[in-house]
Amino acid sequence: MSNLSDPVLQQLLGGIFAALALATLAGQVLKRRAGTLAARETVANMNQRIKAWWVMCVVFGVAVVTGGIGSIVLFGLLSFLALREFITLVDSDRADHRALLIAFFIALPAQYVLVGIGWYGLFSILIPVYAFLLIPAVLAIIGETRDFLRRTATIQWGLAICVYAISHAPALLLLDIPGYGGREALLLFFLVLVVQLSDVLQYVFGKLFGRHAIAPRVSPNKTWEGFAGGVTCATLIGAALYWATPFDPLEAAAMSLLVALAGFLGGLVMAAIKRDRGVKDYGALIPGHGGVLDRIDSLTFAAPVFFHVTRFFFA
Amino acid sequence: MVAALIAGLARLVTGAVAVWQVAPRGERVRVYFANHSSHADFATIWAALPADLRARTRPVAAADYWNASASRRYLAARVFRAVLIDRAGGGPAATAQMVAALRGGDSLIIFPEGTRGDGAALAPFKSGLYHLAVAVPEAELIPVALVNLNRVLPKGAAIPVPVIARLTFGQPIAIEPGESKTSLLERARAAVMALDEGVGPDRGVGPDRALA
Repeated sequence: MSNLSDPVLQQLLGGIFAALALATLAGQVLKRRAGTLAARETVANMNQRIKAWWVMCVVFGVAVVTGGIGSIVLFGLLSFLALREFITLVDSDRADHRALLIAFFIALPAQYVLVGIGWYGLFSILIPVYAFLLIPAVLAIIGETRDFLRRTATIQWGLAICVYAISHAPALLLLDIPGYGGREALLLFFLVLVVQLSDVLQYVFGKLFGRHAIAPRVSPNKTWEGFAGGVTCATLIGAALYWATPFDPLEAAAMSLLVALAGFLGGLVMAAIKRDRGVKDYGALIPGHGGVLDRIDSLTFAAPVFFHVTRFFFA
Repeated sequence: MVAALIAGLARLVTGAVAVWQVAPRGERVRVYFANHSSHADFATIWAALPADLRARTRPVAAADYWNASASRRYLAARVFRAVLIDRAGGGPAATAQMVAALRGGDSLIIFPEGTRGDGAALAPFKSGLYHLAVAVPEAELIPVALVNLNRVLPKGAAIPVPVIARLTFGQPIAIEPGESKTSLLERARAAVMALDEGVGPDRGVGPDRALA
């Protein structure tokens, strides 16, 4: 099934690629005008990020256009790459091997199969109940007690953030929203767009006006100025996109604000883990951005919150 | 084709991106020597080499393991072109095989610890590396540090976990005139450890573990 004939999706995609083209143009202009070494480095990093955005937007666009299965496969793959970065960074013991095999090759695919077949009941408890209990059980059977709780919690946390939370994004396709005519794929588009716009705008406002760090020990780049500017703009853009959602303008603004706030907290929490481990990025897969988990850190918090609020009030 | 497939698979599973502190292509034959904690070790090094060099680089491996079944024999002989040495027979014969391979223009991958460790500490190096350095002085001795392979595929495990591995190729070390065996082996061991903080005595889970 393809959604490409949907005029709303066409407009959204057209809008995004127009914005990217504009950003690319602006990047080239800035490159000419950057004087100091620091400015040139900032612009080079920005242009690298814009280039990566093209790739990410094309991949995401294709996934959404192919409908349900494309989105499920894409987010399943993102979960896999994110979990891999997470486990690599937070460290694991040799004795964790079997529990990790269960996490990567049983829990992760099962979660996305449940999205695919639309079994909401099991989808919502597979990881918080069954994987949660199975992981420590397996570790106990293997018998290594050193750091037991830390090792258990690490794997549970990886699954909860990288798999369970992220899987709520494609799970939006399961919702049946009255009067929305089965166009739930647009809702996924809306969520990802607002989360990522909020990230980008916080970065841009932070670069332009950032002075007061929110949590300097966690992330010196997250400032009150960037936060206020980014969240406000993302909320306004989200409200302006109400015509693509089942929300009215005010509802769309409230949902966008919620998504932006949750996304901010997600970015902050994932930054705290990186800071504790003494690294800047989770990986190096996406040039200029770091790893997959660096790019979807805000989505890990925004997706489940957006999913449940939408489900509670609108489905 | 099997070789390219296996190399691609090894890169996919370990996610390893090689860091080269030395040019990947040298004028002379090379002996890559690395820390050893996993069955996936040599495939990871081998897969990180440019394809044409891979065809001229042979892992040194234990005959008893690689001759144990028809599929292993096929892989060792046809795909990896391994130099199979007899672990029980020991020293001089094994050295002679390796020297012959180097003189034949092939590079080697060796694991001087002799056996797979638990990834927690780097064992003392066995003397084969020294004998090669003396017998084939024109060969470049390249230290290689492998990190996280013991988490990807620890001893005794059959299925790899897709933890991201790290792999660093260092500057060659050379034997100095009159240098003793102990001195060269200790320098070689230190060279591997110096490449990545993840190799060495502090490696392992625990509160005293150095930050990654």
